[in-house]
Amino acid sequence: MSERFHDIVLTVNGEEVRERVDARKTIVDFLREDLGLTGSHVGCEHGVCGACTVRVDGIIVRGCLMLAVQCDGARIETIEGVSDQGEIADLQSAFETRNALQCGYCTPGMLLTAQELLARGGLPSREEIRAHLSGNYCRCTGYHAIVDAVEAVAQARSGGRR
Amino acid sequence: MKPAPFAYERARSLDHAIELIGGAEDARVLAGGQSLIATLNMRLSRPQLIVDINRVSGLDRITLRDGYLEIGALVRYAQAERSAEIAAHAPLFAKALPFIGHPAIRNRGTIGGSIAFGDPAAELPACFVALDGEAVIAGPSGTRVVKADAFYKGLFETALTPRDVLTAIRLPAATGETRTGFAEFARRHGDYAMAGLAATARTSGKTPSDVRLVFFGVGTAPVRARAAEAALAAGDIEASVAALAKDLDPPDDVQATGAVKRRLAGVLLKRVAAGLMGNAS
Repeated sequence: MSERFHDIVLTVNGEEVRERVDARKTIVDFLREDLGLTGSHVGCEHGVCGACTVRVDGIIVRGCLMLAVQCDGARIETIEGVSDQGEIADLQSAFETRNALQCGYCTPGMLLTAQELLARGGLPSREEIRAHLSGNYCRCTGYHAIVDAVEAVAQARSGGRR
Repeated sequence: MKPAPFAYERARSLDHAIELIGGAEDARVLAGGQSLIATLNMRLSRPQLIVDINRVSGLDRITLRDGYLEIGALVRYAQAERSAEIAAHAPLFAKALPFIGHPAIRNRGTIGGSIAFGDPAAELPACFVALDGEAVIAGPSGTRVVKADAFYKGLFETALTPRDVLTAIRLPAATGETRTGFAEFARRHGDYAMAGLAATARTSGKTPSDVRLVFFGVGTAPVRARAAEAALAAGDIEASVAALAKDLDPPDDVQATGAVKRRLAGVLLKRVAAGLMGNAS
């Protein structure tokens, strides 16, 4: 018989997690409710806003459009883990310096999405930055400061100057 | 905004997937999930069983054989965007892929999912019809192939039965005479288009042949503009644009009125027409 509840084993921010999950639970709800990792936010719950962005096996995904049960065996990284690792310390600092956040609701998703672009190396144009962040809504900043911050980090990481 | 309860099974093979969906009253196949899970969250869909095919091996290949490019159903948009085979042999797909969703969605969403779901505003179903492709479908009684023109039957209605799995699509490989064009209008990059156009033609001389103009976001499925195709094949861009009045009758939706969509369709056609007729691709 097909079952509703499943045992899963996955790695979250470097730590092994074993849980029994309801098949209908999305990975972002699992992270927030079962593991207390509330840095990943829940916004629209249908893939439009990007607030729930997390990394699964090294790539960013919509946390509201993937089931926890699908993540059996996967390696998950959330904003908590990526922050603690120091991987995006420069990006977080640039967001603060340039007021690239106000309420902060979109920020974890923005940071993970921007980091995917920055990790490719090179110097993305402002248009490329905007296109890459197009799936992440911010209702406070008007995006300009966010693009400024990402651009500044791209320049700094590539050794260039403004 | 949370899914209703359902059972979940992870298919180990294609045969296992077909057995699982055949054994349930109301099963849905889960591939990339970028449309399905959204509809589950909104409870627009409440299946008893979700059959996850993500770990079925062999469905994520891109292969050139016998003049066709075969794209496995589980090839993800991001993978397709990086594919040298798609760039070389299916340039229309390569043009359309960057317009689909956003990076996190392109990392998960699959080619097969887009074709099988058949959202009338989606890019790939229109490209699939414009390219005169074929769907490879596995079902309880074996595998069959359905031409793209016969695949879309109505709003979210395709040649797939509830017992079938789309395993791949086949696209005729582009030749030196192939011309393609793609354009769309969306409010935000990556959003569903208010109107869009996927177009192909063959050209060796002054006028194009085998013109296929397929609009999306303007009806219940991808819409071929046959009168406009004929006018363009005769070399008359203005007449082709005018003929859209006969071909298209877009309903109003949340994005735009039908009148706006029809006007946009004409603008899109003008944008791609020269590229379809000239010798430059």
